[in-house]
Amino acid sequence: MQLEQLYQEIILDHYKRPQGRGLRDADDPDAEVAEAHHVNPTCGDEVTVRVAAVDDIVVDISYDGAGCSISQASASVLYDRLSGRCAEEIAAVHAGFVELMSGRGQVTPDEELLGDGVAFAGVARYPARVKCALLPWMAFKDAAARAGVGVSPTEVEA
Amino acid sequence: MTTIAIPDGMPQYDDVPRFDVAAVRADFPILDREVNGHRLVYLDSANTSHKPRQVLDVLAGHYAMHNANVSRSVHTLGTEATEAYEGARAKIAAFVNAPSVDEVVFTKNSTEAINIVAYAFSNASLRADADERFRLGPGDEIVISEMEHHSNIVPWQLLAERTGATLRWFPVTDSGRLDESGLADLVTERTKIVALVHTSNILGTVNATARITERVRQVGALLLLDCSQSVPHQPIDVVDLDADFIVFTGHKMCGPTGIGVLWGRGELLAAMPPVMGGGSMIETVSMARSTFAAPPARFEAGTPPIAEAVALGAAVDYLTGVGMRAIQWHEKELTAYALDALATVPGLRIFGPTVPVGRGGTISFALGDVHPHDVGQVLDSLGVQVRVGHHCAKPVCTRFGVPAMTRASFYLYTTTEEIDALVSGLEQVRRIFD
Repeated sequence: MQLEQLYQEIILDHYKRPQGRGLRDADDPDAEVAEAHHVNPTCGDEVTVRVAAVDDIVVDISYDGAGCSISQASASVLYDRLSGRCAEEIAAVHAGFVELMSGRGQVTPDEELLGDGVAFAGVARYPARVKCALLPWMAFKDAAARAGVGVSPTEVEA
Repeated sequence: MTTIAIPDGMPQYDDVPRFDVAAVRADFPILDREVNGHRLVYLDSANTSHKPRQVLDVLAGHYAMHNANVSRSVHTLGTEATEAYEGARAKIAAFVNAPSVDEVVFTKNSTEAINIVAYAFSNASLRADADERFRLGPGDEIVISEMEHHSNIVPWQLLAERTGATLRWFPVTDSGRLDESGLADLVTERTKIVALVHTSNILGTVNATARITERVRQVGALLLLDCSQSVPHQPIDVVDLDADFIVFTGHKMCGPTGIGVLWGRGELLAAMPPVMGGGSMIETVSMARSTFAAPPARFEAGTPPIAEAVALGAAVDYLTGVGMRAIQWHEKELTAYALDALATVPGLRIFGPTVPVGRGGTISFALGDVHPHDVGQVLDSLGVQVRVGHHCAKPVCTRFGVPAMTRASFYLYTTTEEIDALVSGLEQVRRIFD
């Protein structure tokens, strides 16, 4: 059934038991902390992503928001995959996720790179939902840039 | 179900105007199609309605046989096109009981119609010789409500910014009705215009306007009613409504997109300065200045959506043929059925009136804490088309403390079987997300 490609167990798990949810202060007083608030104007979904970085390591990603299962699960996966990693690794994962979501279901996801993010392959077949999946990733990109961690270049065509 | 005999001499069940829904459905080609392997269940008519073959034929037939520009050609095709376009205007005037055909201004949609009025205020406010009723400045007030569509909020916010006037609004009660308790304080001698939705596109509430109209008259303000969601669904009589302007859009009433209507009292339209300048709206033009045509031409600059207007005329014929009273009654029965059926779904919360009185066939709801996007996606996989999101009425979502709602809306072709499909689809949603 088509719907099961969209609502994979992994996505529903992240939605029902989100990882790293809730905005947090940085443990390290020297960390560079910045956040970004993104809104999907068509549906009103919102997410705030806060990044704490030490040099080029993102030591923590915390987030809060209101949205559908896809956007909320996506934030949870983002936290899972990107926390504690350096700018270069983050850029690769970020680019891989954006490529997967922009691929209209034609991109074979790299499980080693994306981890649970591969579960979103089915979402790419639903153009109306691609923005949901990307909402936290775009907010993260802005927050990371403000915290001094560049994630570019990534272009979104969805 | 118990059968109750209605005593002789009382109105009988069959006295209610009715029509054959199956026969109506056969007029709409799209209702035969499948979606995701299921029969289409279209519950999004408040967003846009479907179009019967009778309208599609007129739309195509106009381009095929009568295509020409209007109001400027002496040739036969031009005359035919002009007659068809002006004929459509006459049909629409009759449909809403406008005292004069010249009170019907064709626009692109309701949004454009509201903007024409707002910009007429704006333009009048720049000219000392303009009609006082349209002149706005600091100290003057514009009154709207919390249940407006964005199209009846943003133009007034922008107008207030341009003129220094103040924007105020009626609140909404917990049960989704307009809160008129502050009417006397809200609508005062400072009020220049009250712009109010007739039927809410999100709560389904049909606003009773009599008290507000009375107050508007007392203080000498103007009243605009956004009838986008009422003209398609119930008989509307502008004389009876006693408004100064009403706006509505063709695509929600079996007509094509790209055509809408501003109806205004003839005397008021005549007092309004032009908004868009261009061809067709002038009386005479010299290099230094121009004078302007009388309404409705004054507000129809440029080549209008001719075929769309003609097809809207066909839509009005179609709706009149079925009967607006009968359509209204059909939707009332559907709404009562749907409110009962939705009440059986565990965890479902309806936003807006939960009784089929003073409301139309548009029902917004939440299913537990499942996000409307997810509700809509699962329903779509079953062929059930509902709208999810803020429905261009974000202040209503804020009022009820949710980022989004799921909305089912009905029309003359909707059946109780389709409401059953919605309810069983919602069970499927609960199975996935519970």
